[in-house]
Amino acid sequence: MRVEHGHGHGHHHQVDFDPTATAPDHHDATPHAGRAYRIGIGGPVGSGKTALTAALCRALGDELELAVVTNDIYTTEDADFLRKAGVLAPERIEAVQTGACPHTAIRDDITANLDAVERLEEKFPGLDLVIIESGGDNLTAVFSRGLADSQIFVVDVAGGDKVPRKGGPGVTTADLLVINKTDIAHLVGADMTVMTSDAHRMRGDLPVIAQSLVDTPDAPAVAAWVRSLLPTRTR
Amino acid sequence: MDLAALIIADSRFPGGGHVHSGGIEEAVVRKLVVSERDLPAFLLSRLRTAGALAATFAAAAAHATTREVRSGHWRRLDAEFDARTPSQAQRAASRAQGRGTARAGRVAWPSPALSDLLGECPRPHHPIVLGVLVGVPHDAAMAAAYLAVSGPASAAVRLLGLDPFQVNAVVARLAEPMREVCAHAADVAGHDPATLPAPSSPGLDLFAEAHAAQHEEEVRLFAS
Ligand SMILES: Nc1nc2c(ncn2[C@@H]2O[C@H](COP(=O)(O)OP(=O)(O)O)[C@@H](O)[C@H]2O)c(=O)[nH]1
Ligand SMILES: [Mg+2]
Repeated sequence: MRVEHGHGHGHHHQVDFDPTATAPDHHDATPHAGRAYRIGIGGPVGSGKTALTAALCRALGDELELAVVTNDIYTTEDADFLRKAGVLAPERIEAVQTGACPHTAIRDDITANLDAVERLEEKFPGLDLVIIESGGDNLTAVFSRGLADSQIFVVDVAGGDKVPRKGGPGVTTADLLVINKTDIAHLVGADMTVMTSDAHRMRGDLPVIAQSLVDTPDAPAVAAWVRSLLPTRTR
Repeated sequence: MDLAALIIADSRFPGGGHVHSGGIEEAVVRKLVVSERDLPAFLLSRLRTAGALAATFAAAAAHATTREVRSGHWRRLDAEFDARTPSQAQRAASRAQGRGTARAGRVAWPSPALSDLLGECPRPHHPIVLGVLVGVPHDAAMAAAYLAVSGPASAAVRLLGLDPFQVNAVVARLAEPMREVCAHAADVAGHDPATLPAPSSPGLDLFAEAHAAQHEEEVRLFAS
């Protein structure tokens, strides 16, 4: 049976619907794959989460078995960007739909993200690292410890130099705070000294990295921080 | 009502339900649901079809935990649900929620029945896991029937910015048909799986298929 639908956007999609193809689903036992280290990258929309993810793939792709889960509200947007950037094989990127609630999907109900991580672990046994990029959210969004082993919160100078001072769990508790786009600080009138000292004051001993992905496209400081988290590998 | 049923029916339950819209995202995209006024018809028909099927299988699974069942029973029950769910996209959505519910359930309510189920079906359908976790047929049916309408109702609020009080009232007014659906599910819960009722909604099946197909090209915020 083939049904054509129009739905007001002026174009049509075919729906394949073949009831004879509906034998009971298969139940292959899930091979228990090893567990990869999981890093969550959160922060407001546009702060540079996808750009940082791409930078980390470039910096670490040769030394680690990597995969990425993206949660952009426009689900495939980030995944498409990463595929086009060519920094990671497309089959190593999973896009997750968050039901219009990006913070729920990384914190209160992490099921969809865990499923995506586990799919990648099953597909690529021996995976070292999975980067989970949250859909852009506000300053209160954090990853559940059940989903991410460590988390990076990314803010940018364009959001104003008061952002670190505002605090919120993202800024105060993330394992690493990245202040991104330092290359445009002078254009938006952001005072980097204020931003970094506020960030350190809010975070106590937790690390802060100010960077520009225009000046340093491979995010060397963040990549070094990620390396320091992973168990040393013999390859 | 058993606490397990309340916890599983709660939208805060971390079983992955919040990323599924029960077909209403597709109905919204097609402008078939545009306001609070369109919700009762959508939800009532969902309750009487997909909801009744879920309630029936949840009750049957709960009933099976209260008696001796032969090895292979869970697999048969799961296959009977497959047979009543011709849309691949609907089956995938049900299995995704089943897997999420099982993940949460293994931590909160481990039991021999749950281990048997997952041994026979590593990714069981959602209503079957739900029934095993709740263990009381009528309560399991209530949780399944309620989730079948509360999921799309809250998705509609998020997609259309509907008035949450109006939407909540629409769900509350489904009490009587929901009681009927659940009473019937509990009545047949002990029957042979092959003879269980097979309510279905071709419209929802097609919505689910269209949702999955169109996600490739256009934005869909929900997984189903
Ligand atoms: N000038 C400048 N632009 C950047 C930098 N990092 C990212 N961007 C740009 O900021 C925009 C948003 O970045 P994106 O990674 O998509 O943000 P996300 O929404 O947090 O994932 C894109 O146009 C990036 O090219 C940076 O360090 N400097
Ligand atoms: Mg992004």
